[in-house]
Amino acid sequence: MLDQLLAALNETERAAVDEEEYQVLRAVVDELPAFSREISQLIPILQEIQGKHGYLPRLALDLVADHVQTSIGKVYGIATFYNQFRFNPPGRNPIKVCLGTACHVKGGEILMENFERRLQIKEGETSDDREYSLERVACIGCCALAPAVVVGEKVEAYVTPSKVEGIITEIEVRNEMAAREQAKNDETSE
Amino acid sequence: MTKLVNSPKEHLLVLAEQAKERVKELKESPVPVIYVGCATCGRAAGALETIAAFAEVLKDQGIEARIEKVGCLGHCYAEPLVIIQNPGFPPLLYQKIGAGEAGILVRSFLKDGSDPCYEYLIGALEADENFPTLMDYPRYLYENRVVMEHCGLIDPDDIDHCLAVGGYLSLAQGLEKGGAWVLEEVKSANLRGRGGAGFPAGRKWEIARKVEKTPKMVICNGDEGDPGAYMDRTLLESNPHQVLEGLALAALAVGAERALLYIRAEYPLAVEIMERAIKQAQEKNLLGADILGSGFSLEVSVFQGSGAFVCGEETALIESLAGNRGMPQPRPPYPAVAGLNGLPTVINNVKTLSTVPSIIRNGHQWFRSIGTEDSPGTAIFSVVGEVEYPGLVEVPMGVTLEHLVVDVCGGIKDGKELKAVQIGGPSGGCLPASLMETVIDFDSLKSVGAMMGSGGLVVMNEDTCMVEVARYFTDFTQGESCGKCTFCRIGTRHLRDILHLITIGEGTVEELADLEEISEAVIKGSLCSLGKTAPNPVLTTLRFFRDEYVAHIEEKRCPARMCRPLIAFYIDLEPCARGCDACVACCPTDAIFTTSNRKKAIDQEKCVKCGECVYACPPEYDAVRRISPPEMIPDQGVEPLSEAEKEKEESK
Repeated sequence: MLDQLLAALNETERAAVDEEEYQVLRAVVDELPAFSREISQLIPILQEIQGKHGYLPRLALDLVADHVQTSIGKVYGIATFYNQFRFNPPGRNPIKVCLGTACHVKGGEILMENFERRLQIKEGETSDDREYSLERVACIGCCALAPAVVVGEKVEAYVTPSKVEGIITEIEVRNEMAAREQAKNDETSE
Repeated sequence: MTKLVNSPKEHLLVLAEQAKERVKELKESPVPVIYVGCATCGRAAGALETIAAFAEVLKDQGIEARIEKVGCLGHCYAEPLVIIQNPGFPPLLYQKIGAGEAGILVRSFLKDGSDPCYEYLIGALEADENFPTLMDYPRYLYENRVVMEHCGLIDPDDIDHCLAVGGYLSLAQGLEKGGAWVLEEVKSANLRGRGGAGFPAGRKWEIARKVEKTPKMVICNGDEGDPGAYMDRTLLESNPHQVLEGLALAALAVGAERALLYIRAEYPLAVEIMERAIKQAQEKNLLGADILGSGFSLEVSVFQGSGAFVCGEETALIESLAGNRGMPQPRPPYPAVAGLNGLPTVINNVKTLSTVPSIIRNGHQWFRSIGTEDSPGTAIFSVVGEVEYPGLVEVPMGVTLEHLVVDVCGGIKDGKELKAVQIGGPSGGCLPASLMETVIDFDSLKSVGAMMGSGGLVVMNEDTCMVEVARYFTDFTQGESCGKCTFCRIGTRHLRDILHLITIGEGTVEELADLEEISEAVIKGSLCSLGKTAPNPVLTTLRFFRDEYVAHIEEKRCPARMCRPLIAFYIDLEPCARGCDACVACCPTDAIFTTSNRKKAIDQEKCVKCGECVYACPPEYDAVRRISPPEMIPDQGVEPLSEAEKEKEESK
């Protein structure tokens, strides 16, 4: 099925499916038989796939459509209707800026701009090195701690524009320390 | 179960006894017990770091103590909250306990018990001669906690904590007396749906009960999508069994065999906690087959919503369960008659279901003694924004907005003026200070153009622009409109576009009439309440704050100085301190430069108006000014420092 789908793509589309995405698709092919074929399970299936791989590759939607015996249009319609689903891989440090009412009033939009400027990506995008992705969320329910930003799994409270710099620096420092640690381990193991 | 028991109630009492024994061990623990509030908001404020710090310092100091995770008390301003139960003292509640404070508490209080650290103390949970009690604070005194009674005091991951405080007792009682009795009690109590519209829960149940088609289903609607409300999340995370008990009672009353918790995907912790709670309840035979030997069975599962505000609408929620786009359907038939797969489906909000056990336990007369005649019971609000003590507040229906904001939540922060309260989220409205005497109940709020909604309440001071708030909510509903009804889909877009033009200073006076006309059309032409209520923020701000709209249009001025295209920042050279660099370091775009007399000025071309320099400027100088319209910046004869001087400076 996957090979058929790939064969049906035009050249630019095929070029867009890199090795990593191909591996994700292969994994989806292997996982699908475990899922129910009930059409009512469409959303949970998409949630599972995204939960595992972080996003829904375009061809994965075709695979799911085939699995539950429905049209690709229906699956695509569902996936784009709900805010939870994303179609590009998230960064290793996904950043979600809360833009609920309380956060908005306290300057959530300004935080978003600061992240965009600092990371050189726009809302909804992932940086080229896949280190960061930037999204907005409607409300994470931490309104009394506004404005809030979710970095990875961690909720940062009372974020100010200058704290944006601090958040990114913290990640950079952590990465660098990990890299050094890695290098040290490599040395000792040699 | 070794002992043979006859009735569900006896069965439950055995379970409750066992639970009490286990919890007693904790309550009478010979070593100190540290309870840390670990709901999502507590974690955001650093509760997990606090726990790690406690563990580390305890180990370091060689002190034996237990650490227990509990849910949320709702006092968000004081997070992370910690309760310490130290033998010889009453249980004491502490606020804002970060890692550092945790260490101090262990060393000063737990090590030798000499100093209970009054500086972090809020009060004692029980009456005591030596400590203030919580009831000494207005926040605790005025609240009437029915639904949130145990939130933040019990461990949501341990069913015994819930059983020990009377959990599932109402269910056992309901099982003995039967579904018809439960229905009568809830009907007589006149429990109105807490999801926003206020439809009586008992009536809904009765309709479903009378339909002969089976199997029936009850659904707990935890798709809390209102940006600014989070009480459903707190209830799910802090007292999950209360929700399950309410759900089981609802199922019993309508004769359903299946129950579902629909929780939005943005609440991963709530999903995790609920799944664990269901499992624990099944193990104790409080859910599942033949509950407590009564013959009544209920299968419960969790469904994760995928993030669509419109799914708060019953018929849209059902569509999404069926694997479709969540688009509302015309009613009738009502879901209670023909819902999921054409079968009777009852959908109730988390708060509604959480209220049910207390009604069954205390009787409908008790419930009707709280609140008002037409809106009995309590209301939970998430009061956020510019108040002194933001958080979750449970008050009886019928209190005034003034009481809620000023008495209970401590009034406006920083001595500023209250300008408006936004109540009910995207479906609600902005009420001005002059309407603060409005009584909080379903009908009074509707009469002034707002709505109870899901109970989100954002308090705004003079720095919040009402046009911008209307634009924000319209932008939200525009994005969340499912697209089914033309008026909602296109109407909200026009509303948003016009509001956007006004906030950037390009609106016209004629457009104000357009806003009103389109709003009316959207209300009339929409199927579900998302569209029917979407214009509320626009209409209420137009009604109460029309002068702000006019200022934006005619003077290109934002009175609240919030709309960025209409404002500018400048530094007043008079108070600006020579040689101070505080603002320079914080500016994300390097827009601040040194002037010829070594003070600071802002390059308006580079400035993105983030306002960071306002906070960075030391309060003793307080030199950064925000002004609207931008042309109003006074000419102070600013000259940048010459290159030669700059070099001289640097070489020093």
